[in-house]
Amino acid sequence: MVVTVWVLGRSRNLFVVVVLSGVYSFFMATVLVAMDAVDVAMTEASVGAGISTVLFLGALYLCKSREAHAMRRPWLPLGMSLAVGATLVYGTLGLPEFSDAQAPIHQHVVPRYLNEEKDEVGVPNVVTAVLASYRGYDTLGETTVVFTAGVGVVTLLRRRRRARAS
Amino acid sequence: MTAATLTSPWGHFTYFVTVFLMMAGLFIVITRGNLIKKLVGLGIFQTSVYLLYIAPGKLVGGTAPILSDAFTVYSNPLPHVLILTAIVVGVATLALGLALVVRIREVYDTIEEDEILRLDAGTDPAAADSR
Amino acid sequence: MRDDLLLRWAAKLLIPFILLFALYVQFHGDFGPGGGFQAGVILAAAVIFYALIYGLADARKVAPEPLVESMMAIGVLIYAGVGVAGLLLGGNYLDYFVLDHDPVHGQHRGIFWVEVGVATTVSGVMLKIFYMFADRGRVDE
Repeated sequence: MVVTVWVLGRSRNLFVVVVLSGVYSFFMATVLVAMDAVDVAMTEASVGAGISTVLFLGALYLCKSREAHAMRRPWLPLGMSLAVGATLVYGTLGLPEFSDAQAPIHQHVVPRYLNEEKDEVGVPNVVTAVLASYRGYDTLGETTVVFTAGVGVVTLLRRRRRARAS
Repeated sequence: MTAATLTSPWGHFTYFVTVFLMMAGLFIVITRGNLIKKLVGLGIFQTSVYLLYIAPGKLVGGTAPILSDAFTVYSNPLPHVLILTAIVVGVATLALGLALVVRIREVYDTIEEDEILRLDAGTDPAAADSR
Repeated sequence: MRDDLLLRWAAKLLIPFILLFALYVQFHGDFGPGGGFQAGVILAAAVIFYALIYGLADARKVAPEPLVESMMAIGVLIYAGVGVAGLLLGGNYLDYFVLDHDPVHGQHRGIFWVEVGVATTVSGVMLKIFYMFADRGRVDE
């Protein structure tokens, strides 16, 4: 994934950039499967590598351009990125190690979800149960966001036939 | 193995990768003037955040959080739910961003940021009226 | 692309399976990975595939614009409707356990309808966005 991102950053042909972003999404989906996040991996593969690439290609077809020269002497942004990155790495040193069973993320509400879910909801896929039942409000909001995005795109790209006739 | 201090660099490896991807995305957004490339950089940034959330949820030796009698240890399902929402919201924002880019291209005839700024500063309402 | 025999043939073979897979992911989301979002996206992808191979006009016959636009809204309405049904039957908003004689069955029913709503909205939105992008290019030149 690191190599993909590097090549993507250096490339100036936008078609290559879009295809590489699809490749990157597939790599990310594979990593997610390795992390046991199968639902998320399926969504990332279909949405990130599928729909995103289709939308990018559609927009690229409509825009038809090639990237102009990259910024010369990007020292200030590079330095800033490295500084922010170093600060973040320093911050993550305090976070739990990989696969730490005593980490706070595994305490509190998650054992309740995993243990009580069989009796309360009875659906084997815990992610679906949490998404649709325990955290149903969030999913309602998310569906509304998707709807709003659709309405937004329709508003932006709607053709005004009356204007062209005049 | 529970450790409060850094016992081995591999324990935090996923965080390093996440931060690198995040900074790469940020760098692309800041330095590249092309609007579509900016959006791709933003997508990379978002994807690194997914990794940031899901990696700590994984338990080695556990399995995907689908209840079954054959397994006792499950990976944490809560980050999965949050990131599922985040992915869908991310693609919604991407679609809106791309629609904006298409409209910008129609009005300014370019999608390079510095050219757009120059056109905005140079010609005043003339370009805006042609919509 | 409609003249390319191999592509048309491959599309004819694949699209029914993609549609079936979308339905499988939707309804089997309780037992394996899947659920409304994935199913909606895969369904939209199947129709986009059809549009790429056979042209937008044929795709518009299969999934006409008014249908797609109403699908966008109906999904959200179904979701909110399940919540209101919970209200009417005596619980709080979006309570599932009042929906059936048995709380667990009520949860099943609630989750089923909620996922249907989600899949409808997601597939409608993705397809509508694709239609808008594709339309823009054709009328411009």
